[in-house]
Amino acid sequence: MKFVPNSSVKTLMLKELGLNDIEDLFSDIPQTMKIKNLNLPEGLSQQETEKKLREIMIKNKSYNDLLSFLGGGIKPHYIPAIVKSIISRSEFYTSYTPYQSEASQGFLQAMFEYQSMIAEITGMDVSNCSLYDGATSLSEAALMSTRITKKNTFIIPHNISWEKKSVLSNYAKGPGIKIKEISYNNKTGKIDIDELNKKINGDTSGVYIENPNFFGIFEDDIKEISKVVKDAGSLFVVGVAPISLGITKSPGEYGADIVIGEGRALGNPMNFGGSSLGIFACKNEFLRQMPGRIIGITKDSKGKRAFCMTLQTREQHIRRAKATSNICTNEGLCALAAVVYLSWLGSEGFFQLSKTNFEKGQKLARLIDDLFGFKLRFNGTHFNEFVVCCSDDLRKLNHRLLQKDIQGGLILDEFYPELKKCMLIGTSEIHSDEDIDKFVTSLKEVSNV
Amino acid sequence: MYRSAIYDEPLLNELEIFKKEKINTFTKLPDSLQRKKNVEIPDLDETQIVRHFHRLSQMNYGIDSGIYPLGSCTMKYNPKICEKIASWDGFAGTHPCQDISTLQGNLQILFELERMLCEITGMDFFSLQPAAGAHGEFLGMLLTRAYHENKNEGNRNEVILPDTSHGTNPASVTMAGYKLIEIPSNKDGTVNLEILKQTLSEKTACFMLTNPNTLGIFESDILKISKMVHDAGALLYYDGANINAIMGKARPGDMGFDIVHLNLHKTFATPHGGGGPGSGPVGVKIKLEKFLPIPRIGKTKDGKYIFDYNAPESIGKIRAHYGNFSVLLKAYIYILMMGRNGLKEASEIAVLNSNYMKKKILDSKLYEMPYKAIRKHEFVISCEKLKQEKGIRAMDVAKRLLDYGFHPPTIYFPLIVKEALMIEPPETESKKDLDRYVDALVKIAKEDPVPVKGSPNYTPVKRVDEVNASKNPILTWKMI
Repeated sequence: MKFVPNSSVKTLMLKELGLNDIEDLFSDIPQTMKIKNLNLPEGLSQQETEKKLREIMIKNKSYNDLLSFLGGGIKPHYIPAIVKSIISRSEFYTSYTPYQSEASQGFLQAMFEYQSMIAEITGMDVSNCSLYDGATSLSEAALMSTRITKKNTFIIPHNISWEKKSVLSNYAKGPGIKIKEISYNNKTGKIDIDELNKKINGDTSGVYIENPNFFGIFEDDIKEISKVVKDAGSLFVVGVAPISLGITKSPGEYGADIVIGEGRALGNPMNFGGSSLGIFACKNEFLRQMPGRIIGITKDSKGKRAFCMTLQTREQHIRRAKATSNICTNEGLCALAAVVYLSWLGSEGFFQLSKTNFEKGQKLARLIDDLFGFKLRFNGTHFNEFVVCCSDDLRKLNHRLLQKDIQGGLILDEFYPELKKCMLIGTSEIHSDEDIDKFVTSLKEVSNV
Repeated sequence: MYRSAIYDEPLLNELEIFKKEKINTFTKLPDSLQRKKNVEIPDLDETQIVRHFHRLSQMNYGIDSGIYPLGSCTMKYNPKICEKIASWDGFAGTHPCQDISTLQGNLQILFELERMLCEITGMDFFSLQPAAGAHGEFLGMLLTRAYHENKNEGNRNEVILPDTSHGTNPASVTMAGYKLIEIPSNKDGTVNLEILKQTLSEKTACFMLTNPNTLGIFESDILKISKMVHDAGALLYYDGANINAIMGKARPGDMGFDIVHLNLHKTFATPHGGGGPGSGPVGVKIKLEKFLPIPRIGKTKDGKYIFDYNAPESIGKIRAHYGNFSVLLKAYIYILMMGRNGLKEASEIAVLNSNYMKKKILDSKLYEMPYKAIRKHEFVISCEKLKQEKGIRAMDVAKRLLDYGFHPPTIYFPLIVKEALMIEPPETESKKDLDRYVDALVKIAKEDPVPVKGSPNYTPVKRVDEVNASKNPILTWKMI
């Protein structure tokens, strides 16, 4: 067998156990439920496997084959070669949760550095070393808000992704947290602060705001929102697109208590939506209510600096039913990719990346807005995504774009019935000026407006 | 013998930094949002960064470094071919919301993987969405709730667990809002049927079980257990952390389990990634199908794969998109390569390795095994005798193993065994390595307690003071 060395010494080992047949080791399984064989094909050789997978792969189109302008959070980003090179070190990727710190100093230190960088870009005091994804991070933030405030209603904007809402509603079931929505301003695309003022009350555990929001719009009245939340005695939970943080204030600067986000954009490929990277950071005062692994600095028996998992009494393997979360396996390797990526960018590179994404977004939006039959839906300042309305049938439009190997925007009426004929378009530093021109020209060519 | 490299590697922010004095502000943003000071990420040269992380990697033990017998974690070799294929842009560079016609390869893999997992477990349907085992357990609890509420039995608010269960089980139960009832095990470490019977009631929503359990013992009374649980109107949940013991031999579906989660990063050889990403698919019997997360993966008559969102009774989503695809892909490749006989042989040899090692260790009479029975893929021994006689604790044995160049087993778990070492030697380990590991355990038990308690000696740091780390948390470089 390929990965089973003791196949060849099976008889010898059985003999040492005083057994003749491998079946003797399974005599504790009642005969009635034993099966003879699995109804699966015979195994393939490595070469055959690779050929088969190549045949399956060519039924896909990746961002190399398909110029994509999908919005909705995930976008292709350029990943410098150093990231793959480092995370492919098998000392890293074949290890597990660093229970034995003396044998895991490398990964522990890298996770400490990840925590430090996430805390820095979000303006929070502390970060854990990853949850599953942005949607579960939001859900954990809602649970944590209730644990801290002992209040039971969590407020979210109407305009967050439907998937996040669904995940949140499932996580909220256990403790019976009520979810309230606040709508957005029909002109600006920003959240409706008056409605927030009306809905927030003494039972509000936390308020979640995305900045930029799902429509790509920056919530620039954020200080006012923050004040409303604080005055009500609720926690302020902010969701970020991490690469916008090179040019924007950190949520910590405008009063966030917990910051969450999807961190895939930091050095991880799209991977069809998974793996992903749940960012989770908070103020120091809430540290002991945080979910997930946390790495800290301590000393070894000789007084040398050492790293280890810490505050483990919050976690399921110690606290069991009373843990802050059930999470065990997280997204460690994606967090490693993120810290390598951020190191490669540096402060200057991170600023430039943010700026480029903003400027590409502005340029593309302006060019599309100038097209006959297309119009920007909202007038708020946006980052690298924006909502466009078009008088054409968008599904047909996207289909025609696809014939040119272009993937159009995310059509929104399924999730927001009020946004008829609207799509969410996204760009990033991956798009050259030629790519943007090609998209705009193609939109002009194929649209029936 | 494995030896870690030892560096005094500075933190990134302690390396030589090429400071940019200029403050970057971006005036096109509304003033209220403009960042007024630079993000403090060190500006380093690529060479410095590569050397930094390269050195860190050399101070980290992985499966490629040597045997890694963490009990209940199934640390088996991760085939390189899976890594290679999963990194192809044709897979890694696909967007989840692309037009379905451009994703047919990905959907084929998910569709076929669901059916492979159904066959391996004997379940009817699978959802590949959970990102980890605990996430699968949480989904299992949501499905349990949906099932009972659908039958107007939403008042069932208790979930029963044996005291040998993994820590995630009770945590998932309470996170989903259920009341946890933990029942003591028999003297032989198995489920106590009498106590289970007394505990089951019209309030019981579910009984969660790992089989073989965390002691490595197969619950031979599983059919009786299944009948008792179902007679009480409750569901039976299978924690699949230990299914590496029984592939091709027996299936949870045939034992009467209604919900099953698997850990692809354990049984199906995908890497653990220093903590993740993992994947915890959930399989169910047909009566629970309609509650599974959306979208389901379908196939039309003309052979096109589709996302099916038409499931009005579905619980909805537990994460964004369709699961950790990169992990699912690697597991798919692994199953293709192993095939029907390969998977069966993997389980056979995993169980052989475990029993072989167990016998060798017990023959030494230096360690004890509190519950007697054939073990499956893992076994638990106790250092209680060593503690009594020489003051050597399980923690000391674990740390001393590092000096012998091995990764220690899981320690102090399950909780019902004093000074526990929980050892799982997967099928990818050779007899020679098992022998060397046993030799090390024997030597340690015979050693003078002083060096054992003073270990480890050859690691980048000596024994780490974890208590101090919790008392005075230093969690970022700004807190130093």
